[in-house]
Amino acid sequence: MIRLSIQARQALAKLTLPVLIVASFGLMLLGKADTLLAERARMALADTLAPIYAAVAGPIADVHRTIAEVGDLWHLRVENARLRDENERLRRWQAIALALDAENERLKASLKWIPDPAASFVTARVVADAGGVYAKAALLSIGPNHGLRKGGIALDERGLVGRITEVGARTARILLITDINSRIPVILENSRARAILVGTNGARPRLLYWPEGVVPQNNERVVTSAEANAFPANLPIGTVRFSASGVPEVEPEALLQRLEVVRIFDYGLGGIPPPEPPAKQTPGRH
Amino acid sequence: MARRDRAPGIRPRLTIGRRLDIAARYSFPAGSTLVLMLLADAPFSLPGQAALLPAITLACIWFWSLYRPAAMSPPVVFVLGLLLDLLGFNPLGVGVLVMLAAHGIALRARHFLGQQGFAVGWIAFGVVGVAVACLGWAMVSLLTFRLLPFGPAVFQGVLTAALYPALAIPLSRAHRTVADPEQA
Repeated sequence: MIRLSIQARQALAKLTLPVLIVASFGLMLLGKADTLLAERARMALADTLAPIYAAVAGPIADVHRTIAEVGDLWHLRVENARLRDENERLRRWQAIALALDAENERLKASLKWIPDPAASFVTARVVADAGGVYAKAALLSIGPNHGLRKGGIALDERGLVGRITEVGARTARILLITDINSRIPVILENSRARAILVGTNGARPRLLYWPEGVVPQNNERVVTSAEANAFPANLPIGTVRFSASGVPEVEPEALLQRLEVVRIFDYGLGGIPPPEPPAKQTPGRH
Repeated sequence: MARRDRAPGIRPRLTIGRRLDIAARYSFPAGSTLVLMLLADAPFSLPGQAALLPAITLACIWFWSLYRPAAMSPPVVFVLGLLLDLLGFNPLGVGVLVMLAAHGIALRARHFLGQQGFAVGWIAFGVVGVAVACLGWAMVSLLTFRLLPFGPAVFQGVLTAALYPALAIPLSRAHRTVADPEQA
């Protein structure tokens, strides 16, 4: 240990805080210059914490379920009547859907339609909310040798959840469709007009850039568009709702607040590849 | 340690157990902050849980910077801020800067705030909490080149201020008992 005079030691102690503040600015520059480094550090930390969070997630889910059950007991009669009603309505729809499906198959058979390739998917458990104050994301726990890639498409049992942005050794992070950085090409189902779904960090992402002459209708269904080859066509996203100020927003079908299990589809699409460091060009060899 | 050596009187011998005890008491502030941060990040799926992590981190760093600056030194604050950035998926460095700024303010204000009652301490912390949330919002907006919605920052500031008593009361009890090196 180096022996320093008391004055020198006091001066050094006073210097620590300013030096560390300068270092924090350096860290910001480093994070901006090398985004891969920050990403790797985050995923390493997430990989370490994921088993712990996965272990506590079980008991927490039990507590949530118990609380929900107590609430359900209160509304049992009303809920029952509503469900019976809905069941009847859905049964009628099921008959229509089956008839349409059969007709669709017949028409496709007579048109020599090339069927879409069946997508492979893996199911993964959401272990934590990987967002922050300014981000909406979820952390998945996945086993080793999962074969997941950046750009994998996540759906829950109802609709589109988001896309995989970071993959670690045991975890993957999904950027939710509500995140402020999320941009999704969509189709309005009634008018078949294309638009872009833009996240706002709020509960409902916003619709932008629909063509002139078309106005999104209230309660119109919104599905993904195959444009830009980032998504397959016709994945359900949600329904159009107008905000108080008259801005068309989309109420997501997926339960983004309470994600438990999601399916990750790999459609083998190559559109909009994730950013990679530029490859070095070797002169004279092409 | 210096104060301990200067005080006259008979002291028990420094055995390994007592050394460990003293070390544990010295590392209590940083350790408890770390544990609380990991707890705040656990998947409880509470509404608005994202704002809980910066709120708890700031409250702990502020409290220990005021009452035990020897155990909450700038390097410790730096590491905790870095962990906040990594856990909260912030741009790297924002949490570090914000927490170091709060630490600096706490060091400046500790002589004044030490003589005041709890209410004044709470108001002062509320102001710092809102200021920290605004600074964080401004830095994240600057680093992502985008004007982010201001609502979450306001919520974070208010939550931080509101959480303070719930954390300060158990922490001040710990400050006088388990975290006190004089009692080793």
